[in-house]
Amino acid sequence: MLNSILSWAAVFIILVTSSGLLLSRNWRWSLGLLAAQYLGSFWLVTRHWPLGMAAVKLVTGWMAIAALAMTLLALSEDDIYHQKDQTEEQFLPQGISFRLFASGVTALIVLAASPRIEAVTPGLGLPVIAGSLLPIGMGLLLLGSTSDIFRVILGLLTMLTGFETLYAAVEGSVLVAGLLAVVDLGLALVGAYLIGNSYDDAASDNEELV
Amino acid sequence: MSAPVIWVMLPIIIGAFLLLLRNERSVAVIGGALASLLALIALIIPIDQALLLGPISFKMSAGIQFFGRSLKFDPVDGPLLAILYSLAALWFFGAEAAGVARRLVPLGMMIIALLVASIAVEPFLYAALLIEIAVLLSIPLLSPPNQKPGRGTIRFLIYQTMAMPFILFSGWSLAGVEASPGDLTMTVQSATMLGLGFAFLLTVFPLYNWIPLLAEETSPYIISFMLWALPTITTLFYMGFLDRYTWLRTSSQLSQAVQVSGMIMVVTGGVWAAFQRHLGRIMAYASIVETGFILLAFSLVPGKIVEVASLLLIPRGFALAIWGLALSTIQKDSKPLRFSAVQGYARVYPVATGSIILANLSVTGFPLLAGFPPLLALWEGLADTSLTLSFWLLVGLLGLLVSAIRTLAVFVMAPEKTGWTWNENRAQVIMLGIGVIGLFILGSFPQAMQPFLSGLPRMFEHLGQ
Repeated sequence: MLNSILSWAAVFIILVTSSGLLLSRNWRWSLGLLAAQYLGSFWLVTRHWPLGMAAVKLVTGWMAIAALAMTLLALSEDDIYHQKDQTEEQFLPQGISFRLFASGVTALIVLAASPRIEAVTPGLGLPVIAGSLLPIGMGLLLLGSTSDIFRVILGLLTMLTGFETLYAAVEGSVLVAGLLAVVDLGLALVGAYLIGNSYDDAASDNEELV
Repeated sequence: MSAPVIWVMLPIIIGAFLLLLRNERSVAVIGGALASLLALIALIIPIDQALLLGPISFKMSAGIQFFGRSLKFDPVDGPLLAILYSLAALWFFGAEAAGVARRLVPLGMMIIALLVASIAVEPFLYAALLIEIAVLLSIPLLSPPNQKPGRGTIRFLIYQTMAMPFILFSGWSLAGVEASPGDLTMTVQSATMLGLGFAFLLTVFPLYNWIPLLAEETSPYIISFMLWALPTITTLFYMGFLDRYTWLRTSSQLSQAVQVSGMIMVVTGGVWAAFQRHLGRIMAYASIVETGFILLAFSLVPGKIVEVASLLLIPRGFALAIWGLALSTIQKDSKPLRFSAVQGYARVYPVATGSIILANLSVTGFPLLAGFPPLLALWEGLADTSLTLSFWLLVGLLGLLVSAIRTLAVFVMAPEKTGWTWNENRAQVIMLGIGVIGLFILGSFPQAMQPFLSGLPRMFEHLGQ
């Protein structure tokens, strides 16, 4: 009973954090939300994996966040926001109400679809299915609504968090856990590299303008 | 010594070491020589079989254990390893001439090693993870330091990353389908996930939009390397799926879906290529058409799939290497490879422009060039099933032919009384010359590929029959 309550609490954390990632425009908030999302995902993974192996996912996720945070800390706020203004897509509605509506629709679809998926693949558990489909949906939404590199990396990490939670329920190989950790960390490092290049370029553009 | 140590770990270690070197020529020569050596070893030394050298008996073990799973090469993998490393050697030797050796060779070596590991990993499904790691490693290659990453790079990263979850899940559900073949719902779900995964990996229409974008953003030589390496391994990965699961091999719906996707890629790629005014984008669309050829080969009768698909791999690698090197050669003068910037270049870069035209014609399936024999085999196979499909293949090829003629017209549009000059350096002329001769040899004597291709069907126990 307690486990079930904790699992649904983890799903609630994932719902709040993945929606928050879609709404937040501040990188510090975004990385904080992602860290909390990894915590929720970690709890759901422990339903199927031993604690030690599940902890790998949490530690890797937090290392990925640290890599991104260190890169962004090295840049000035002016560079980041100047760059964001440049890359913001204008052809999609970008207001907070639109993003709130889109995340609400995604959450509703996930909550409606989860019982059906549970019926097709019994044994996974409803909280695990809901807690994995939510970040997958929100991650895809994030990927579809931006071309800013930082947010693209957040979208990919969010989507992969959902996928890994679900995949942990069906595959318990140590090699897969290790390779997925390499992918997560690699994605963050690639993101840090691209962010560095992108914002360096914006900074040099600023200097030229001055 | 075991096979994975030689063909996977050694290239990764040497690749990391090459990152430290500063001299372009040294990097290209060491990388090219190592790749050639690995190809030679794959051809000469049998895997998991005793080899007698005078009084000494030597045996290369097939695999190693890795976190409870194994990396294992079969004796029949030798020719494939030889193809991959010999074509990689071609790229690495030419990297100095293209001016990208310090970027391409170290990372390219590691990427090839990871892609080779994806052939060896067991269960073979985990290949999707190794391919994803190779994709991540290719980002610094495609987006050099201090250059703002373009939309093509970001889309490449997104699309290739999205392939991995679909393929891993499809593998899991395919096991379920095997256990209960009558479960139609699960069969449809598995096939859909598998289709989506490979659509992302093989950049099936309309997911190929990053290729032309990337061709404008990055060095043509580097993009040509990626456009060869990733689809080649994905092709083998897909054939592994077909070989492993009987219901996939025998499903007429899947075969038709693959056929339609392939034909759409051939037609759209060919027609778009005919209207391009950027040389890099023409190469990109030509590579899309080539991927369409591979998909069409997958839709042939099972006995012909391996034969035709493997026949397409070597000419594709050759044509793209030459095309990329020739574009890099002329790009040094005109940054954007637009028609307006390269007008009259036939008199300034005669070898490079000639190579571009010949590579383009080879992809079009022009007689005497490398692309002709595999296209003839593909066309013959398609004509056996449908004349309509043969006609649409012709439409795609005509599009590519028009792009070659337009490029040629632009190259020869020099102002009157312009003299002939020779602006390629010696390394570029030698590499392009070797490549062009190779195109003619493969086109005129396709049996030259037999030592590499004859063993490939044995890699696929069921599909190769």
